[in-house]
Amino acid sequence: MILGALPLPFPFEREYMQLALLGALVVGATAPLIGTFLVQKQLSLLGDGIGHVAFAGVAAGLLLDVWPVWTALVAAVSGAIALEWLRSRGHTSGDLALSLLFYTGIAAGVVLTGLAGALDAGLLTYLFGSILTMSPSDAATIGVLAVVIASAIALTWRALFTVVLDEESARVAGLPVMGLNLALSALTAVTVVAAMRVVGVLLVAALMVLPVAAAQRVCRSFRSTLLTASALGAVAGIAGLVVARLADLAPGATIVLAAAALFGGCAVWGQLK
Amino acid sequence: MRLIEADHVSFSYGADAVLDQVDLGVDKGEFVALVGANGSGKSTLLRVLLGLAQPDSGAVRLFGVDPRRLTERWRIGYVPQRAVLTTSLPATVGEVVAAGRLARTGWHRRLRKEDRDEVDHALESVALADRRRDAAGSLSGGQQQRVLIAKALVSRPELLILDEPVAGVDLDSQARFRDSLVHLVKDHGGAVLLVSHELGAVADDLHRVVLLRHGAIAFDGAPGELASQGVNLGIHAADLPMWLESRRTAAPDGS
Repeated sequence: MILGALPLPFPFEREYMQLALLGALVVGATAPLIGTFLVQKQLSLLGDGIGHVAFAGVAAGLLLDVWPVWTALVAAVSGAIALEWLRSRGHTSGDLALSLLFYTGIAAGVVLTGLAGALDAGLLTYLFGSILTMSPSDAATIGVLAVVIASAIALTWRALFTVVLDEESARVAGLPVMGLNLALSALTAVTVVAAMRVVGVLLVAALMVLPVAAAQRVCRSFRSTLLTASALGAVAGIAGLVVARLADLAPGATIVLAAAALFGGCAVWGQLK
Repeated sequence: MRLIEADHVSFSYGADAVLDQVDLGVDKGEFVALVGANGSGKSTLLRVLLGLAQPDSGAVRLFGVDPRRLTERWRIGYVPQRAVLTTSLPATVGEVVAAGRLARTGWHRRLRKEDRDEVDHALESVALADRRRDAAGSLSGGQQQRVLIAKALVSRPELLILDEPVAGVDLDSQARFRDSLVHLVKDHGGAVLLVSHELGAVADDLHRVVLLRHGAIAFDGAPGELASQGVNLGIHAADLPMWLESRRTAAPDGS
């Protein structure tokens, strides 16, 4: 095992903690890159909605005896594209489209889980995360997805920012607005699935939103907000893991609580500045 | 050279006819105001001219081609109606203006020194050069409108289209706004198509006024001709409906 050989200090001296550290760092740094755009588009709950659809995908994987991460990815990307299609046609508002995604996803998940007879610890792993049981192949999958997300954001952030400012002006400027919105939705779905093993589908949206909300309190420019949110997400990942190890708590929840604490700190700092 | 040409353009939202056989042209170096009461179809006409909506009948040509086929999009600068920058948006004035350069650079290229120089120039033209690093959301409403005009100007467009850009804007900002448009027309040979209820700041600079009434062109000519019929462009919002009413009374067929 490659990572197990690394001589890291407590609490990361064990192989499973090193894999967890890698997962928390990667997801913590990547999720806010997407979340920065969602928050500005007032779609902060999109990650949560897609998480519900991903849950249905996990259940489908358990029913079909396919690796649930793949079926979750297919379900999440399909749900994200459906939501953007509903929203962009103008007949359905963003919050109503999100509600459709939420309730359809959770209902489908419950039905499929019942059909699979899979309401057990395996399913709970995806609902609440299981970062301490990550395998090297899990870490590799998350790493590849994170590279895809970071590369896509590096290539498109200026265009996505322009769309966030004003879609109509972006269309007049010749930007592929529909394509960019669909790409953002698909990247959100990929991020949800990547983060699923770390914090679980129920808490995945928190890592997309809380570091962004914190960064907005202390940053003036969009670029610095993007980078600071990513850094804060990574810090929340490490801090949450440390607390979970020291206090023997559920790491997914402590990572999210660490992100919430960072928001509180940034809010106070922003007021004092 | 004709930059915009609408030829017998009609448009409807379902059963509601909005534009009826509209003919309109804007030439290089022209400063044209498009006026009319609320609901007369001004914003819809702009959307059709820009290719954001397709006419039911008639034809639109932008720089000589169908708007959907225009590839050199930097030739158009556009400030949409009710464009505002929210106070929660984490973006500097410079970042907002730089977003307008994407029409020139393409959506995936990094900004170069020449792009940053253009951002500085655009901000200078709206007298906001010293606010480049400030948070855009912290500016006043009038200053934000000037930022959006700088964003539209930063690609050095040949045609600037503005939809109600000075609604609710203070007099000082209106004067600076007027200077920016005159600078584009006189110094760069560009054309401006301006939709506004408040034309006082630019009344002396306009070449033509086009009046839209119930989706049809009711007047297209020099501002002096309109003024001679008792319409004061400076208080346009208040007296235009009265003038329309008198025309309707005098000529029941609406001609």
